[in-house]
Amino acid sequence: MASVIVPAVPSESRPGRFGVYGGRYVPETLVAALDELEREYNLAKADPAFQAELADLLHNYAGRPTPLTFCNRLTEQLGGAKIYLKREDLLHTGAHKINNALGQGLLAKRMGKKRIIAETGAGQHGVATATVCALLGMECVVYMGDVDMARQELNVLRMRLLGAEVRGVSSGSQTLKDAISEAMRDWVTNVRTTYYLLGSALGAHPYPTMVRDFQRVISIEMKEQILEKEGRLPSAVIACVGGGSNAIGAFYEFIPDRQVRLIGVEAGGRGTELGEHAVRFRGGTPGVLQGTYSYVLQDENGQIALTHSVSAGLDYASIGPEHAALHDSGRAEYVSCDDAAALDAVVRLARTEGILPALESAHAVAEALRIAPAMAAHDILVVNLSGRGDKDMGILAQELKL
Amino acid sequence: MAILFEHKPGLVVYLTAGDPSLEATREIAIAAIDAGAAVLELGVPFSDPLADGPVIQRAMERALAHGTRLADVLKLAGEIRAARPTAGLVIFSYLNPILRYGLSKFADDAAAAGADGVLVTDLIVEEAGEYLAEMERVKLAPVFLAAPTSPDQRLEAIATHSKGFVYAISRVGITGTQQSLTSDAAALVARIRRWTRLPVAVGFGISNSEHVAQVGQFADAAVIGSAIVELIEKSTPETAPGAVARFIKGLHLPEAALAR
Repeated sequence: MASVIVPAVPSESRPGRFGVYGGRYVPETLVAALDELEREYNLAKADPAFQAELADLLHNYAGRPTPLTFCNRLTEQLGGAKIYLKREDLLHTGAHKINNALGQGLLAKRMGKKRIIAETGAGQHGVATATVCALLGMECVVYMGDVDMARQELNVLRMRLLGAEVRGVSSGSQTLKDAISEAMRDWVTNVRTTYYLLGSALGAHPYPTMVRDFQRVISIEMKEQILEKEGRLPSAVIACVGGGSNAIGAFYEFIPDRQVRLIGVEAGGRGTELGEHAVRFRGGTPGVLQGTYSYVLQDENGQIALTHSVSAGLDYASIGPEHAALHDSGRAEYVSCDDAAALDAVVRLARTEGILPALESAHAVAEALRIAPAMAAHDILVVNLSGRGDKDMGILAQELKL
Repeated sequence: MAILFEHKPGLVVYLTAGDPSLEATREIAIAAIDAGAAVLELGVPFSDPLADGPVIQRAMERALAHGTRLADVLKLAGEIRAARPTAGLVIFSYLNPILRYGLSKFADDAAAAGADGVLVTDLIVEEAGEYLAEMERVKLAPVFLAAPTSPDQRLEAIATHSKGFVYAISRVGITGTQQSLTSDAAALVARIRRWTRLPVAVGFGISNSEHVAQVGQFADAAVIGSAIVELIEKSTPETAPGAVARFIKGLHLPEAALAR
């Protein structure tokens, strides 16, 4: 294991740690902005007017609460646990990303920022951010790797239609990691006027905590809904994990409920060699990437490894620091699902339940398909269906020869 | 073998180690020292240099393309130290390669190579407890960055924990050249001086003799990085040392500095 950095000041004055993970590893220029963000976020969080405005937008604009759908035919076919889907795919813009984009967008407005920047992998966070900027009348620039722009072209077009400027990133692997680096370079340069609306539970403190808080609504609703429908907690909650925002949102309220298994599904890609997948908890070691200390896929010299996944949203070399802590403590389990199994899950869910999941979310569905048959009929699996698959039609047409 | 700016303004030269090759970096470093650089910053290439502009990003890509590792950079530091015993030598890196190498081993090996100090771009004072202890153990100078956006309270911590010199970032932004210096730089240096008597070097965007002269009016040294890295990019490995030496001579540093 790599060295653990101990603080220069007492740890109680240093929030933003999840066990040894998290923290704030950024160029000095950004520290004052992160401090300001933390201060403003804490004020907003405690302000009933802010919370009321967010709740109103989540309900009347984004479409919360999202349904918890029982998969009748799928459950019957698999012959084991009952399968429910938390339908984040039904939200406005098509994924859970809008929960966080609305929260941070309102925060940016409160802070008087007029220019918003964001990174995006699959494009769902970019679309959500562009949407919120249109809604709130703010300038929006989204960084996206060239590879991702090609494979998620529909979302690029949506962002442009919404008035955002999409800037392609041609460095490195031309995916999410490089888009984050470029967004951070923009932020360092324009830090006095610009709000960085980070889309996952990643990066320097306070982002992992703040993004988790905005996504926590997923598990709050999930818990209420399953108790109402079944009168008991699920056996397991399953979510895909790229940076980890939908997963931490789906897990969070269940963390104290030890009987509920929390299963995160990483992208197994097309092989087990470094560079062929994005399974941080198999091939990764603790390190620092883009502001946070967490598991990182890297070579023996500390250079960040290339990753691969058929899903742009899971194609990232590090993982949110709270997941690293949940992994080490054993409270959550992390498994992986390869490209082929994710594609199979898309087809299976589409043809059995009439629901087309995003390729990212299909990784979680695939894990449910794998474990449900061996479980008992009274077991309940809740899969967080983080997004819908319309954006993936290009890839699906190619991969599935539609 | 110390970080000393005997003649103001002193010159700090940044090189990305391994660009275009380790041998070439050694020759360029020696030429830079002989031409008047008081301190050499040896940059460790990193795959994801988020504080750097396109020029240094490209240099790092080139250095990594032929496999430059932190161990190679430390070995190179030792060679430069052997060739030029009195120049200041600072290892400049992102944190992850150092963590992977092992913080303690890195401190030992950097000290053994004869480095004077270390600067870690993405390690701020609040996160630097173990790092500071290691630097203290091996008597290496930890150099921290100070930014125009750093409030006085942070500058105090930065000044308190820095040794050798404090690196003042001339403006908000990433590394790279610019037309003129902003008023940010002088104001920042004045604020830093309230907390320390250490020399203050100003970097980011310094690319010509005019900038260096301007910096000389309020700071102890100027750091030139991207302008020299770009010059190396445009040269061949054979012509780069001469080109860098001519560039440095063209900065018109104080005469006495050249006599070192």
